[in-house]
Formats: sequence, C-alpha cells, structure tokens
Amino acid sequence: MSQKTIWTKKDLLGLEYLSKEEIEHILYTAASFKEVTTRQVKKVPALRGKTVVNLFYEPSTRTRMSFELAAKRLSADVINMEIEASSVKKGETLIDTGRNIEALKIDIMVVRHSCSGAPNILARSVKSSVVNAGDGWHEHPTQALLDMFTLKSKLGRIEGLNVSIIGDIAHSRVARSNIWGLTKLGANVTVCAPKMLIPEGIEKMGVKVTSKLDEALEGADAINVLRMQFERDSGEAFPSKLEYFKDFGITKERLKKCKADIVVMHPGPINRGIEMSSEVADGKNSVILEQVTNGIAVRMAVLYLVGLVKEGAR
Amino acid sequence: MKYLIKGGRVIDPSENVDGVFDILVSDGKISEIGSSVQVKDAKVIDASGMIVAPGLIDMHVHLREPGREDEETVLTGTRAAVKGGFTTVVCMPNTEPALDNADILRKLKSIIAKDAIVNVLPVGAITVGRLGKDLTDIKAMVKEGIVAISDDGSSVEDASLMFKALNGAKSAGIVAIDHCEDAALSGKGVMNHGFVSTKAGLRGISNESEYKRIERDVGLAEKAGARIHIAHVSCKESIEVIRKAKKRGVNVTAETAPHYFALTDECCATYDTNTKINPPLRTAEDVAAIKEALADGTIDVIASDHAPHTDCEKDVEFDFAPFGKIGLESSLGVSVLELILGKVLTWKQLVEKFSTNPARILGLKSGTLKKGTPADIVIIDPKKEYTIIAGLLESKSKNSPFVGWRMTGRAVHMLVSGKPVMLDEKIL
Repeated sequence: MSQKTIWTKKDLLGLEYLSKEEIEHILYTAASFKEVTTRQVKKVPALRGKTVVNLFYEPSTRTRMSFELAAKRLSADVINMEIEASSVKKGETLIDTGRNIEALKIDIMVVRHSCSGAPNILARSVKSSVVNAGDGWHEHPTQALLDMFTLKSKLGRIEGLNVSIIGDIAHSRVARSNIWGLTKLGANVTVCAPKMLIPEGIEKMGVKVTSKLDEALEGADAINVLRMQFERDSGEAFPSKLEYFKDFGITKERLKKCKADIVVMHPGPINRGIEMSSEVADGKNSVILEQVTNGIAVRMAVLYLVGLVKEGAR
Repeated sequence: MKYLIKGGRVIDPSENVDGVFDILVSDGKISEIGSSVQVKDAKVIDASGMIVAPGLIDMHVHLREPGREDEETVLTGTRAAVKGGFTTVVCMPNTEPALDNADILRKLKSIIAKDAIVNVLPVGAITVGRLGKDLTDIKAMVKEGIVAISDDGSSVEDASLMFKALNGAKSAGIVAIDHCEDAALSGKGVMNHGFVSTKAGLRGISNESEYKRIERDVGLAEKAGARIHIAHVSCKESIEVIRKAKKRGVNVTAETAPHYFALTDECCATYDTNTKINPPLRTAEDVAAIKEALADGTIDVIASDHAPHTDCEKDVEFDFAPFGKIGLESSLGVSVLELILGKVLTWKQLVEKFSTNPARILGLKSGTLKKGTPADIVIIDPKKEYTIIAGLLESKSKNSPFVGWRMTGRAVHMLVSGKPVMLDEKIL
C-alpha cells in the first residue's frame, strides 16, 4: 500500500506532520537506497543537477557528514554552511539567509538550528525544500526515521513492538520525533527519565511514562538511550552524572533481566559510563553503528523524495 | 456645530440606559437625550440599527512614542484607535526613554497636542527607567497628567518597593496598574508551559509566574489600602486570586485582553511569532475561566495590550522574536465574536468592560453619555461584516494573529469632544 503513496511534501520538518503512510513510504524508499550503499560504486544519478546546502546553525559533525554523504551518493552537489547561531541576532536573519541561498538556485536546504521551529519558519519563507536536521528540543526527524529503519531491519516490524526511550526526554528532539514516528506506526512507547527531565503533558503524545528504569526495561523489545548533556540543559535539571548512571545507566547486569534479543540503540555521541556502560555499547545487542550506516540510506530517501517534488507543488 | 445622532440603540451603563433614543450634541457636549429630539440646525447622523455608546476606552496601549517611532507613533496609534472605536487610549510608559518624569511627560504632551486624534492619557513609570530600583516622583507626574502608574512590561521584583509605590499612588489619588510576573519563574520561557510547549520544544512560562505575583501584590495593596488594577490576566488561577480578594473587600480591579479569550497556546505550535505574547496564550481551560470571570464581573475591563512590533523584529526565530501583538483595531470585533455572538456578555456588559469600568477605575469624566459631559461617542454597526487585512490596518505595525479573521461588528462613526473624527468608517 505504501508503494502507491505519492510523496507530495516539499519539506520534511518533523514526523508530527507526516501520516503513517508517508513515514512507511520513506522507510521503503530507504530500503532501496540501503542496497546502493553496499555496492562497489555507491552512487546513483537520482539527484544529478540538484544542489543541496547544509545550513548548520549548531555544530554537528556526524549529522552533517551523513547528509553530505547521502547527497553525494545521489549525485547532488553539496555546499556546507556553518553559521554561529549567537551571531544571527546581529547579522542576517534566518529568512534573509534562506532567500539568499534560494537566489543561488539551491534545491534543498538541510537545516540544523538551536531554536525550535526555525526550519518551519524557513520552510514557509522559501520555495526550496527544507529538511530538518534537528531543531532545538523540537524534532530530529531523520534520526527517528533511521532508528525506525534499524529497528525494522532487526525485528522485522514496528507495529506492536515495545520500545522504551530512556534519558533526557525534556530536552530531546530525538525523543519527540521517535515518539511521533513509533506511535504512528503502532509501537507501544514508554519514556523513562528522572522526574525533572519528563516534560509536561508528554503522556498526551500517546506514551507510557515512568521514572523507574526497571519498568522501562521489562518486556521491552528495544530501547533507545538518549545522550545526557550535562554541560547544557540536562545538567541544569539533573546535575549528578554518578547518580544518573546508578539509576538510569544501562549495564550488562540490567540487560540480563531483559529479553535476550533486546535491541539497544543510541543516537550518539555516547557518554560511556553515563548513559550506558562500554560493555553494553559494544555488546551483541547494540546496533549503534548500524544506525550510523542506515542513516545514510534514510537521508538519501528523504533528499530524494523532497528533491523530486515538482516545482509547481512548492 | 450641532450633531443629532438619530434612532440608535443607546447603551450607557453609567446612566442605566438601554433603549432607542436620539442624542443631541452641541458645543462639544451632550446636550439632550430623548425619544424624539427635534432640532433644525443640527447635522443628522443616522444611527438606526446601530449601537450608540460612550466612546470606548483602551486602558492598555503601547504607542511607542518617544523612541520607537518605527513601530508606532501617537499619530498612527490614535488613527488605529479611531478604527477600533476608542475615543480614549491610555499609553504605557515603556517608551525610550521611559515616561518616568515630568519633563518627558511634557514632551509627550506636546506630541499628543500636535498629532493625537483621540484622547491620549499617559501612565507614569513606577520606577526610574523602569529598572525596579528607585521610585519615581509620582506627584510631579500627576501634575503632568498621568492617570496611573505602572512598570508595564516588567513587574516590580522588590516587594518593599512595590509597597512604597502603592502607598505613593494612594496618596497621589491614582491607581497602580500591575504587570504581574515573577521573572525568575518565567525564566527564558517563550510560550505557555504545557503540552503544546512540550510538543513544540519551546521553553514554557507557567501560570505560577503570573498568579503568585498577583497574590503578592494584592496582599500589598490590601495592607496599603491602595487601589490596584491587575493588567492582562491570562490564567484561571489568577482569576481565583482576584475573585477571593474582591470578596474580602480589597480594592482590586482586573483586565484581560481579547487574545486571552479568543486564542489558546495551540496557536504557538506553528511558530507564528505574532502569537508570542506576554503573558502567553494559555489553554482552553483558561479561556473558559476568563469568559466566566468576564460574565461574573471578576474581570472588569477588556483592554487590548496593543504592542506594535515591526515585521523585521517579528520575522525571526520564535525564541528571538519580541513579545506582543497589536490589538486596537481588532479588540471590539474579536470581543463581539467571542462574547456577544458567543453569548458570554450582553451588549450592555460589553460597553461596561470597554468604557464605563475603565473610566471609573481611572477616575475619568468620560465613559458616560450623561447630559453636560464632553461628547465622546462611538456608533457601532453590530452587524457589519469585514475581514482583518494587514495592509488595511492603520497601525504602523501589522503584528496581529487575527489577520485573516472574519469579524462582525465595527465602529462606523465617532465623535471626540463633540467633533466627528470618523464618519462612515472614514477617518476625517
């Protein structure tokens, strides 16, 4: 059924805004591109003649590199632009930057920004496609898509799976995108965090909420362990690294009580010894590096789909 | 010049009048009200099918002059006021520099004398530069015509200073208009704290930041025996605090703005920066509580909190945009839509909130159609349908979340001190 879905959206701003069918369509498309990434020559001419700009207002090496590789493997031309968000107030506005980039006849803008909603604001100001590469605490749709893609390739389905998201839910765009995506595809989602890191009303997004790690691990088919940012927002609300590891860190011992084939995910970069022990990060249940590999196929699918939306639809 | 306003439904709560009457205006004053006034030499304004009311008073307006003439001026702001049905606007002191001394007020008065086309009454700052440190000379500012004191835009964080200010206002015979917000509780928040802020990934401002400060200041006013008016009430807990205070006899009044009963925080989910307002748009539950409080009289006044900002300032990331929206030209329409058509208030009650009560709270002679008073009169066509279009707004700034809304009910004619300033929706 998803094969019949015609992609019509010029932008990918978040999974909140997509239907179940649209999400499945991206995942199917990604599966085709996954095959490409295993070939000797890892390149297809799908976006030849198109130009992608990576517009990053927040430093990120891995996401930027993943998008850059994805675009290059689709034969698109890529430009990288890093702008310090703090200097934006004084300099050119986001919308002006967007319109200037558009004047350079660029087809797709991949945007990373520390302000929630910045890609939404940009998307309604330009005709080019806008792909959200992470905005504030709001969404990181391609990360959630690659998480779901990895989950599906490991366990064969999303529907009916018990997935627990563990860590700083309050300040996590990865958590929000995963919640939207997983619940739309029929997974049972539990979020687990210290009380101060559970945001108001999160249960209304259709998830179970707990502050007890054991509850989140029991019966889980997969866990997605979030990065704690002690130097930033996470640390303000929950200052003790040691205490965090004691109560919420994923260890070999804790994993023993879980389903034997539990899938352990992490969006990276990992704080070893804080969110999880090294044994878990490098253990047999971990798919952390597969996530990184799958990220390219998923981002190829996203760039391909928005890149092919007809000019008139924009 | 004489004007005869014929055959309108005259609503004047101050005189307990609601019926079809003619009003004769001569020498700038209301000279006669009767069932059939016959005068030969008067220009007739046909008001049949319309509502004739004392000119509306918006007691919470930012005219931005002096200092931010790029956002609004006395001229453009008062033109917007006319379109909105207001014969009087009360302008807040958070200008640049702030209205915190007699000199700057004299300067503003000369601008008003030159440019204003409705009555403009200034509010003086509570603290010098609105910095929350040193009390201003309230009595000196009263001599220059201030009708209230307020540090609107921020709260006075220092409770002992606020207590002194309330005592100062009391001995000067004026009211303190209180922007109630605990800055520490608001933190870096940009919208209401709740499910929508969680979904949008934006920092929240809790109800506590508002009602805790109302609790504090109502207590201080009670102790000082001073009059306090709570500005822009947005949430249900605040209403409870005010309701209880009124019950035990505290001299407290309160206002809300149309956006607090017409919009919810769901509007912020699209990151439309015109919905970034302080206090923030709250939940449907709060909206219901505000409507109830308007109906039962806990909230006395509807004021726009007209806060103009240019497109340049607003066309940025939600986090970076300034708080505020314009409202002079949409207040009445939105109120008719939500409160009259929504069957929350009668027209008489609406006129109370828009004219009688603000006049009473500020101690003004207007807000009435009593014989012998200056003829500040608005004539409203309650059935007039129109759409709010940014390009057609008189206000210099266009930052309204109501752009595109279809409205019913609009001011069509207006007299200020017996002189027509608008006829058939055209500013003269």
